[in-house]
Amino acid sequence: MGRAVTKLDAETARRLLGTMWRIRVFEERVAQLKRTVQVHGLIHLSVGGEGVAAAVCGQLRHDDAVYSGHRGHGHAIAKGVPLTAMMAELMGRVDGLCHGLGGSMHLVDREHGFMGATGVVGGNLPLAVGDSLAARLEEGDRVAVVFFGDGAVQSGNFHESVNLAALWELPVIFVCENNGFAEFTARAEHSPVERVSDVVAPYGFARDTVDGSDVAAVSAAFGAFLEQAREHRGPFLLECLTHRRRGHYEGDQQEYRDAGAEREWELRDPLARFQTEALKRRWVGRAAAAELEAAARAAVEAAVEFGKASPLPTPELAAELVYAR
Amino acid sequence: MSEPTETTFVKAIADTLAVAMRADERVIVLGEDVAEGGPYLATAGLSEEFGRERVRNTPISESAVCGVAIGAAQAGLRPVVEIMYIDFITLALDQLVNQAAKAYFMSGGQLSVPMVLRTQGGASGRGAAQHSQSLEAWLTHIPGLKVVMPSCAADAAGLLLSAIADPNPVVFVENKSLYFQREQAPSAPDPLPIGEAHLVRHGDDLTIVATSRMVGESLRAAEHLAQDGIEADVIDLRTLLPLDRDAISRSVGRTGRAVVAHEAVRFGGFGGELAAQIQELAFDFLLAPIQRVGAPFTPVPLSPSLEDAYRPGADQVYAAARFAIEWDQPESAPGVYSISAAGAEASAP
Repeated sequence: MGRAVTKLDAETARRLLGTMWRIRVFEERVAQLKRTVQVHGLIHLSVGGEGVAAAVCGQLRHDDAVYSGHRGHGHAIAKGVPLTAMMAELMGRVDGLCHGLGGSMHLVDREHGFMGATGVVGGNLPLAVGDSLAARLEEGDRVAVVFFGDGAVQSGNFHESVNLAALWELPVIFVCENNGFAEFTARAEHSPVERVSDVVAPYGFARDTVDGSDVAAVSAAFGAFLEQAREHRGPFLLECLTHRRRGHYEGDQQEYRDAGAEREWELRDPLARFQTEALKRRWVGRAAAAELEAAARAAVEAAVEFGKASPLPTPELAAELVYAR
Repeated sequence: MSEPTETTFVKAIADTLAVAMRADERVIVLGEDVAEGGPYLATAGLSEEFGRERVRNTPISESAVCGVAIGAAQAGLRPVVEIMYIDFITLALDQLVNQAAKAYFMSGGQLSVPMVLRTQGGASGRGAAQHSQSLEAWLTHIPGLKVVMPSCAADAAGLLLSAIADPNPVVFVENKSLYFQREQAPSAPDPLPIGEAHLVRHGDDLTIVATSRMVGESLRAAEHLAQDGIEADVIDLRTLLPLDRDAISRSVGRTGRAVVAHEAVRFGGFGGELAAQIQELAFDFLLAPIQRVGAPFTPVPLSPSLEDAYRPGADQVYAAARFAIEWDQPESAPGVYSISAAGAEASAP
């Protein structure tokens, strides 16, 4: 991509690096816990995609709504969701974000504006549009952001939602993490249109495709859209070319993978790349970078202990939470 | 309660939407053609009074429109979304079932979806197989949804007010053949509680449990039965989910005989759930098999003679009631192996 946009300062860079470490360490720990059946349900990890989550959510406020997909841990962590309640949720415990009723694919933290992951690919796209409609009627400057993968782009919900958002000029930013795979199958087998940003071209709204492993590039592109969305202009679409370093879900045998491409992406790992850049530019020193990693490891271990100590929910709780009163 | 005035079902809907929109700025209306009043004028006059920001025409995108309503509801609005025909709710079911119904539960009570999905079903006017169905039973199978089916203008107004105020997603199913009947209804209706059935006629010999259009048909059947000296309770369910089991068990416990009647296809219809509930609640009181009245197991046909024959009505309710009454009378006992009156109508698998 070769984008030279780097408006990052030391403080922002340190914060982004810290967020990325928290996501990476959390997810690698979750993978271990999945193998020993201490976290439950389908687990979809975003290792290799931390840069997008950090760069996008790091610019948002708590009153901005973030909607995610099934691979949402990174988005939640970057939006400020506490690791403790998140880990407890993955463990199915009562002190989890959703009292153990939702799990990895249904994380919600309303207080931090994380309006939810979803287990249905593309399912949250229209909800984000509806949220942005509410935002506009409120006449404030909050926005809605929805993350989705390239797999969701072939769903009817994508086209219906993009059309509505464009028709009504709503302050919603569509953020596509194009990792080249929809579940087990390469994008080329799902659509003849390679670039997601090209799919929305006829609508005429601003769109961009950036290297999702380049944190500065994602930050700059998203920041430009966000500024305009705050004035309640929109919609916008940001496509981030990224990579899923693990399987579709934990336990996926990944026989569809190409070893050569894996090595190439290893070199483009957003965390390693951003840390190298941050060190080079003296945004952080070696000791400070090591501290960020150590702090992430300590926070994740504390979250695991928090989750283990939390009781399992009762059947009465599940029965009580079917209807709001 | 205000003075009754003459109105129609569909006018009561439009008037009630206006009342709700005047009372609460968070109420918005969206759907295909709603700003133009819609094909049945159920939203007539709203865009003129409230403007096109709050009364929004949408593209023919049922799934996203339902999803937009969910997102707007989660963000604090009170959307009333219209799906023009219940036949097209199929296109919105993913959003309704996987998102709206489960948001409160999956989020551990953090999110709520105070939306109303208005739609209409039923066969009349030769709409044929894709504009005439009664699909409400599907929705009653989903924990987290509420399903309301009013039978008259006054109830529609009161139930719609409650549905808009409800913190949960409510599917509000109207019946197109009720829309233009002239009725008396209060000019300023009070909310009617969701989840409470209404005993619209009292009699000790038999209970008829009916929904929507079949309430009127059941009342006509009850008048016919009265000429035979048989007095029927007629219960208008008003709400299918949550179900008012107390009203049903109180009545059947007194009468010992039950007919359940809806316009939907009999096989797999909500009447099956009602029959199961009745035998669970009142088995020891039952004097005859529970009878179900519903449509035959075919898509809705176009041809006028076929559509007329397809729609269940007072005659079928009457026949089912007579069957239940005569079950244990020795002079007319139908043999052990004979099929029930209503069952004879249906050619279900």
